Parts: sequence; structure tokens; C-alpha cells
Amino acid sequence: MLEIKDLYVRYGMIEAIKGISFEVRDGEIVTLIGSNGAGKTTTMHAISGLLKPASGSIMLDGVELTKTPNHKIVSMGLAQVPEGRRVFAQQTVEENLLLGAYARKDKDGIQKDLDHVYELFPRLLERKKQPAGTLSGGEQQMLAMARALMSRPKILLMDEPSMGLSPLLVKEIFHIIQDINKDGTTILLVEQNAKMALAIADRAYVLETGKISLEGTGEELSASEEVRKAYLGG
Amino acid sequence: MAFLSYLIGGLGLGSVYAIIALGYSMVYGIAKMLNFAHGDVIMVGAFMAYFAISKYHLPVLVGVVLAVVVCTILGVVIERLAYKPLRHASSLSVLITAIGVSYFLQNSAMLLWGTDTKIFPTVLSGSLTVGSLSVPYLTLITILTCIVIMIVLTLFINRTKTGRAMRACSEDKGAAALMGINVNRIISITFAIGSGLAAIASILLVATYPSVYPTLGSMPGIKAFTAAVFGGIGSIPGAFLGGLVLGVVENLSRAYISTQLSDAIVFMVLIVVLLIKPTGLLGKKVNVKV
Repeated sequence: MLEIKDLYVRYGMIEAIKGISFEVRDGEIVTLIGSNGAGKTTTMHAISGLLKPASGSIMLDGVELTKTPNHKIVSMGLAQVPEGRRVFAQQTVEENLLLGAYARKDKDGIQKDLDHVYELFPRLLERKKQPAGTLSGGEQQMLAMARALMSRPKILLMDEPSMGLSPLLVKEIFHIIQDINKDGTTILLVEQNAKMALAIADRAYVLETGKISLEGTGEELSASEEVRKAYLGG
Repeated sequence: MAFLSYLIGGLGLGSVYAIIALGYSMVYGIAKMLNFAHGDVIMVGAFMAYFAISKYHLPVLVGVVLAVVVCTILGVVIERLAYKPLRHASSLSVLITAIGVSYFLQNSAMLLWGTDTKIFPTVLSGSLTVGSLSVPYLTLITILTCIVIMIVLTLFINRTKTGRAMRACSEDKGAAALMGINVNRIISITFAIGSGLAAIASILLVATYPSVYPTLGSMPGIKAFTAAVFGGIGSIPGAFLGGLVLGVVENLSRAYISTQLSDAIVFMVLIVVLLIKPTGLLGKKVNVKV
């Protein structure tokens, strides 16, 4: 579904991503783990078109995304839940969800999906008229996920969904990620919480200072000595 | 009665400021820049209306439409050519560019249309008399226009999909792009609306103060900018309120204190308001939980 080849991303003179290649196949949960500054968010931004890569290719179902304007990428079936949630704080929960469906024109379908995400996240229904900025961190994370789902993506990119949340909430969020995947959405997950990410991932890549240092199934990497030392606390 | 008539006159002047201030405030809210060429778009609108009505004797409405169309296009073109290439530059570079565009428009007008002052014809005379109070129709139309614009714009921003996208861009352009919003298009629309409003303001302005000259936009531009800051820049009701308050303060101080000092008093009020409430009268400060 998503194929990244020889991707290089630079910020001015600094090379943040130094030629990475990986793929996400239909129906998988793939995770990209790595420490702070490894280039995880940069990779996500390059895929969503927020950053222009210096070179390399990003193919979504055979279409080159690096040559697609960023506002057209959503309607091709790729949505992102950005790091730090980035909900529109001054707009209501429902307005945020409608913005998620901005690229769509099927009114009936949007209403149906609105009902669907409210079912998935009942707490958002209770708060639908509230400005998003007044929600708790966990609720904002749910809103960011629901908002991304409103575009009806084939593949959902999630950047650090567990950031700043209590362990209980993290568990809940990861359950929801698995549910979304079971409903047929492919998932690319970026996480510092490597333990949780590897537990639900079909396959995983380890990103280290802009390069992929290891890859394998979730189980293989959970068992790997190097990963245990560096990311799972021994 | 004199007070009431000064008050209404102030509301009329304030309505013009408010319409101009809306353009400043919307552009600031979405493009995060101060478009100091905004006042000069007013000047171009005034010249268009002058040529249409006075020189070619076209109906007033045609003059209004011509001014709105030309200014709307001008606003979009200015953004495309001068500001868009600087989207990722420092705000200081953008500010200096805006001042440059302002001088460019003024000097082009001098070159094309001369530096002499042209007299805008009387388009609407007569007054509405109630008892001993007499209010010019023009003032009433000005206030009414401002109210209509305010209502339509508020509905547009709050109720339409494009309005929602504009608010999203004003909060977070990156997240807006992730929703599939074409941020450049939204910025263009914002400039188009702001400049179209400037054209309407220009006609109301020169119909009341009938001199048309290349630097006519400077002072109303600065006053409207003040009104926008005063009301809370980025806020649409703020621009409206700021414009009205500014117009009333200016007119009353001109009537009761001093004609020469009226501008100084206006700015003094601005300073006092900003000292007490730095975000302006209706400036937003939203607490975001993390």
C-alpha cells in the first residue's frame, strides 16, 4: 500500500532522514520506533506532504506522493493523527470532526461516519458542542484520531498517540488502534513507547539518527537483545 | 440633540473604519501578517468609483461594482506576487514588503492619475429629519451597510465549510493542510474578501469626504488598523466594535474638545485600552489543555 524508497529529508543544511526505505502492506499495523530526534516525525511529515523531501520516493498504491500537493493527499486515502494532537482548540468537537471530512463531498456518508466515530468514542458525543481546547489530553487524542477517521482513510498515520497520557489511557488508545485496524484500516504507528507499539505491530522498523537500523516482526524485535537494551529498558 | 447627531455621525465614520478594519483583522488572523497596503487598496477603489461615476457618467451602482471587482482582483494579485513568495520568511520581511507595496500603489496612482485632488460627485444628498434631529441619508446607509456586512461575514465564517476552513487555517496551518484544506487558496479568499470590503469602504468614505487623491488611503488605513488592534486583532466582532468606538471617540472629541487634538485623543484611548487589556477589547485568549 505505502512504499518509501531512499527517502532523504533535509532541514537547511541538516540531513534529518538519510535514505530510508520501508513499506506498509494492506491491512498491517507497522510501527516505526526510535528515540527522540531519530527522525520519526520528519518521516511522517514527509509522507503527508507537510515537508518536501530532498530526494526519494513515497508511493501510495502506485501514486507518487512527493509530486502531489499536500491538500490532495487526504482524498487519496491517507490521513495523519499528528504529534501533539493539534486539534483546532477554538472550534467545537463536532466542527473538528467535520474538518476531518473536509475533502469529502458525500453528505450522507459524512453523517454516517460521524455517528460511527461517536459510537467508537462516546465521550466525544457528550462533548460535541464544546470547544476542543477544553478537552482533557486523552479526549483530545481521541478527537484527533476520530477527526482523521472522518476522511475515511485507507491508511492512517499516527504520530506518538500515547504522548503525555496516563498508562490506563495509553492502553485504551492502543485498544482503539487495534479496533480501527480490524475494521480494515492499515496503520503506520510512530511511537516512543516501544513496548506497547511492538506488542500490537505486525512488523516494525527501528529508526536511529535518520537511518533504519533494524527491522522485523513485532515479536522478533520485542525479543531482540539490541531493542531490549535501547528501547525497552533492559 | 447636538450630542445625538455627533454620536450618529461618529457611528457613520466608525462604520467605515470597521469595514476597513475587518480586512486588516481577517488577513492578520489567517495570514498572520499586517497588510499595510490595505489602505491603498481603498485609494484604488475610490479612483475606480470616481472614474466610473464622474468621468464616464455611469450609474453609481456600476461604480460600486467596478471598484469591488478591481480591488478584489488587486488584493489577490498583491498576495500572489508580493506576499506568497515570503510565506516562510520572517515577519519583518513581510512587513517591509507590505510597506513597499503601499508606496508602490501610491506612486503608481500619482503616475497614472496625477497628484491633484479630484472632487468626488455628490451621489446621495438629503437627510432624515426626526423632530429637531437631522441625519444624512448617507450616514444611515453607511451604518446599515456596515451592519449587513458584519452579519453576512459572521454567518459566512461560522456556518459555511469555507468559513470553518478559514478558522482552522487561523489556528494551525499545518493541521489544516492535514485535513486536505488548500491553505494557499484560503489565504487568497481572505485577501479577496478583505479587499472587496475595502472597495465598499472607499466609496462610503469618498461619498462623505469627497476628495480623491493618491494618498487618501493612508489615514483611514492607519485608523482602521488602530480599530482592529483596539478591538482585538484577528477577531471579527472586535474589528466591528473597535471601528465604531474609534469613530465615535473621534467625532465626539472633535465636537467637544478640539479638532486638532481628536487624533491624539483617539490614540490615547487606544493606549489606555491596551494597557488594561493587551489583547484588545474582544481579543481571544484561549487556554489550551495539554
